Order: sequence, then structure tokens, then C-alpha cells
Amino acid sequence: MKKKYILEDLDCANCAAKIEREVAKIEGVISSKVTFMTQAMELEVEEEKAGEIEKAAIKLISKLEPDVTVIKK
Amino acid sequence: MSNKLKKRIKRTTVGAMVFAAGMLYILLSHDVDNNTELILFLGAYLIMGEDIIRTAAKNIGHGQLFDENFLMSVATIGAFFVGSYPEAAAVMLFYQIGECFQSYAVNKSRKSISDLMDIRPDHANVIRDGIPVQVSPEEVKIGEIIQVKPGEKVPLDAVITKGSTSLNTMALTGESIPLDIQEGGQIISGCVNLTGVIEAQVQREFGESTVSKILNLMETSSSKKANVENFITRFSRYYTPIVVFAALFLAVIPSILTGKPDVWIYRALSFLVISCPCAFVVSVPLTFFGGIGAAGREGILVKGGNYLEALAHAEIVVMDKTGTLTQGVFSVTKIKLASQDLSSDMTSEKLLELAAYAESQSSHPISLSILKAFHQEIDSSRISDIHELAGFGVSALLDGKEVLAGNDKLIREKQIADHGMLERCGKEESGTVVHIAIDGNYCGYLVISDTVRADSAAAVKELYQQQSVKKIVMLTGDGKAVAEHIAAELGIKDFYAGLLPEDKVNQVERLLQEKTKKGKLLFVGDGINDAPVLARADVGIAMGGIGSDAAIEAADVVIMDDQPSKISRAIDIAKKTVMIAGENTAFAIAVKLVVLCLAAVGIATMWAAIFADVGVTFLAVLNAMRALHLQKKKIPV
Repeated sequence: MKKKYILEDLDCANCAAKIEREVAKIEGVISSKVTFMTQAMELEVEEEKAGEIEKAAIKLISKLEPDVTVIKK
Repeated sequence: MSNKLKKRIKRTTVGAMVFAAGMLYILLSHDVDNNTELILFLGAYLIMGEDIIRTAAKNIGHGQLFDENFLMSVATIGAFFVGSYPEAAAVMLFYQIGECFQSYAVNKSRKSISDLMDIRPDHANVIRDGIPVQVSPEEVKIGEIIQVKPGEKVPLDAVITKGSTSLNTMALTGESIPLDIQEGGQIISGCVNLTGVIEAQVQREFGESTVSKILNLMETSSSKKANVENFITRFSRYYTPIVVFAALFLAVIPSILTGKPDVWIYRALSFLVISCPCAFVVSVPLTFFGGIGAAGREGILVKGGNYLEALAHAEIVVMDKTGTLTQGVFSVTKIKLASQDLSSDMTSEKLLELAAYAESQSSHPISLSILKAFHQEIDSSRISDIHELAGFGVSALLDGKEVLAGNDKLIREKQIADHGMLERCGKEESGTVVHIAIDGNYCGYLVISDTVRADSAAAVKELYQQQSVKKIVMLTGDGKAVAEHIAAELGIKDFYAGLLPEDKVNQVERLLQEKTKKGKLLFVGDGINDAPVLARADVGIAMGGIGSDAAIEAADVVIMDDQPSKISRAIDIAKKTVMIAGENTAFAIAVKLVVLCLAAVGIATMWAAIFADVGVTFLAVLNAMRALHLQKKKIPV
């Protein structure tokens, strides 16, 4: 299933690439895409793990980029 | 401007003043006191770089060694240790200026796109129990009547039931001339009502309305990344670690060999300053985002940076005729009977009736034009067994008799005696011809003609002038005579006529083989019946823009105002965008590599390294912003 998020205050392009790469490594994430200009993150995840993945992703992002706020869409 | 950015600017400004004081001190004072110098520059440094150092410290805990905050901190703290105080503070100062500028540019570009897409209607006035009630557009159901006052946005796709007005479609199509519209006319959500109060019956729910589709499209538009963008992300992934390891090597090995650690550590620190990949990583998406925005402003929706990139390499442009080069609005222009004998019971009216009944279930533009010409109610109890024979026509039972309506192939296939009419008609008529036969007897034909769009000829001419475009091909399901006529009128050299839908796919497949490896094939269609071709082409461009769902979904690029001349304009914008992205990538990489080499041999100082990092970011971002402001070119009609 696909999940969409807004990464508020994402203001460094390299960080966007980093988040995209790291989030993809979370177990159960099939693909991840972070678009720097629109601050959008789109994850394709295994349905039964969606809840855990979301928590793990938010935690990971706050570790990578403390300034970024993850907003569900 | 965000609060974060404001704070950053304030801190950087204060720091810059302290830094300036430090610079004045070392320039003017004859007897520079080392401690005073250290205090001034360290003060400036801490005011400006406190957040960077803190983030860096936090990131070390997370094991992120190639983070730019960490690299900047190591470079600057290292510079303090080797006694290069002004350089240390300057690196931080310029790094912060670069960051502020980058944030500002990115925000500005984001805002300019969101302004452009400011088409979301915030309310709808729905008439319930005779009174207009203001509700959110999501709550309105199909069939309800909405009222739209002057100055309001049309909230949902609807048909006018009362009143007339003119609409500003600028935000959707880039067209500045208002569209006059009367009772019975379709209004598209997202347009702005200019003059009259109108009432209209809702045809689509908000989620299905044009405005939602376009907003959705714009939001996801930059998620398909261009190759350059992917390249740069991959490049930066290896670039930073390599430069950092090179710095480490430079700091250790030559220091041991030459016994001059100060010199080599200074050079290694310069490496660290240059190791940040920001300049090229930010400038490429910024450029493509700008290019997509510039196209959007002219009513050209591009679904991703990759398509912009492909457009720039357009080599073969394949165009469908109907609905693309022509308006796709047909009318019956001639009715010709097989028998001129007046005592025959076949009349023009009868022929039209037969045709109208046979075509009554079809939504093809030709069928619609026949029904329009017939202008009477269809009594559906009289007709049965309707079969569409794709590429041929239709067969149906009308009052128990078999009626055939279709092209010459149909008549030949069914082996109906036509008394030489097919051949004569093929020579004489230039429109689309629908032949009619009843119970195996040939009755005559109707001629249906389409009008060429006003700017089609100019569009073809401009496309031929595009340097990369080597071939323009027109495809049509119509007969050769019609195709020849239109191709000559528009100046198209290659065309293929009489194609069935699957033939179009085959033609495109064949043309795909013909192009060079780098060149791209564009297919331009109206989204009706050509979804497979739109998908097969490198770039599928849909005309027949607003209101056509099929077009918006199947295509990679949508031309909102149906002007074929926008194809060439899209290619222009794409070429400029790709050029700017290329310039930025090449410039940033070249400057960084050169300064790295010069720093390694000791020619470039840390000041040069600062330029290689921040200066390049600055120039690349400025250059990228040009894409957003690509000037609108006047198109002569």
C-alpha cells in the first residue's frame, strides 16, 4: 500500500536523498521516494506492517534531520 | 520567510559584524595580538555556527560521519587549531550565507509554484430548498444545482442551467482571453467566473472534478526524477566519502613523510570544506521544478522531470490528426444518394436517419456529428443488435433490416455492389465518408468534415525548426484523400492514413526502431482511443485538455488549451531547463575538482575552498532560478 507524508522544513536537498535512502532500509518498506522541492515523501509498504513502519520512519527521520516534522497526509 | 530562516539570518548578520571587526583589526593593527584575534574570530564563529556544531555533535552519536554539519565543524575547528582563525570564521560565515540563500531560493520557488496552483475552490454555493447554501465543494453531490457569482471560482465541473457569463481559464490553460459561455455550456472547476451570476448542474463530484485532478497531478509532478537528478544524487553519495578519505590521507601520510604537519593539515581542511555536495544536489531539482513551473504557467502540465528531459531530446514527433491537428468537431457537410431516381423511396432525410440510428450508441465524434445533424429523438425500440466493427463502422438491425454504416472497407468486406460510387467518392471527397447500406443494398454516403485548428500549421512549422526534431509523422484512421489534403495544408511530409487503432501502435513501434538511441519519440493525441499509443511513446502528450479525464491520466504531458503550438513551446522550455541543469552540474563538479587539485598541491588556499563550496552553490542556485522565469514567447497565429 502507498502512504504519503509531508516533510515540513525539509530544506536541504542532500538530506532528502539521505532520508529516501535510509527509510528504504526499514523492514517492510518496498520503495521510498522523497521529493525535495515538494517536501513530499511517498512510501510503498507491506500492508500488515504499515503501523510499525510509520513509527520507525518518523523516529528515523527525527534522528537524521531533527528539524523536519513528519505530517501524515 | 520561515522563523527558522529569520533567526539564522539574524545570527549570521551579528556574526558577520564581529567577523568584520576581526578583519579590520588584523588589517589595521601593526602589532596583532594573537589572543585578541582568536577571541574576535572565535566569538564570530560561535555566534554563527553554534547550531551547526550542536547538530554535528548530535549526529556523531548517530554515527553519521558524512553529514555536512559534521564536515563543516571538523574543517573549521581544525582551522582554529592550525592557527587560521580568519579562515575558520569565514568558512562558517559563508557557509551560513550560502544556506540562507539556498533556503530563500527554494522557498521562493516553492511559493511561486503554489501560487500558480492556487486554483482550489474553498466553497460552493449549492441551492437546497431554493436557497443557496455555502458548503465545502466535497459535500456537493452529482445533479445538485450550484450558483457561481462573479469573482468566485467554479467549484465543480458542471453544466450551466441558467444565465451566461465569461470565464477566466488562465490558471488552467494559460489563456488570457476569457471564455464566453451560455446556458447548456460546460464549466470547468478551477476557472474564475468573471461577469454573470450563473446556476449550473453538477456533473462530477469534487474528487473527480478537473481541479482535483490537476492539483493531484501538480503535487506529484516532480516525483518522477530526471536522469541528471538521479545521477547527481548517486554522485554525491560517493563524492563526499571519497573527498573525506582523501583529506584524511593528505593529513597523515605527507605529514609523516615531509615532517610538516601544519601545511598538510591546512590542505586537508580545505578538502573538507569542498566536500559538501550541496551546490549540485540542490540546484538540479530546483532547476527542474522551475522548468515544470514555467511550463505550467503556459498551460502545459508536465508530469515529471524525466519527461522534461525526454522532451528536450525530441526527435520524432508523431501526431494524431483528429482532435489534435484538427478540432475534432465534425459536421455533416454533404449527403449523396446512390440512386438519383426521384421515384426511389430513398431520400437524403431517410439516409441520414439510417446513419443516425446505426451510430446512435457510439460516442465517436463522427457519430455525434451525425446525430446532431439528424436532430431528432432516437426511438431505441426500433434498433437492436448494434455491433461496432473497429476500423470499419457499425452494423445494426433497424426495424428488422440490417443497416451497415462505415467506411469503404466495410462495403468491400461485405461485398456490396456499389455501382462504382466508392471509387468516385474516394477521388472527390476530402472529408470523412460514411457509407450506408441496407439489407445488402448500397444507398449512398454522408461526408463529414473536420476543421483544422488555427495554429496547427504554425505548430508544424515550429516543430520542423526545432533542431533535434528530424521527422514529423501524422497518423489517422481516415482515408488517404483526407489525410493527404490535411498534410499538404499543414506542411507535414510523412503521414499514414487508414489506420486501425492497433495499426497506430504498430506504426509507433516501427518509428521507435527508426530513431537514434538518444532521441525520443513524442506522440501527440487527444486521449480518446489512443491510450495504448500514449503509453508506448517515450513522451505521450495529450491534447483536448480540460475536462478530458482520459487525457489527463494516460499522458505524460497535458496541453490544457488544445493549442498544438504548445508542443514546440514545451520542447523549448525543456531544452532550456536541461541546459541549465547541465551547466550547473558541469560547473559545480569542474570547479570543485579544480580547487581540490589546487588545494592538494598547495596553490589554492582555504579562501578558494570557500568559493568552491559557497560561491558555486550561490551561482548554481541563481542559474537554476532562471528556469522558473523562462520568458513567455509570443506565438504568432
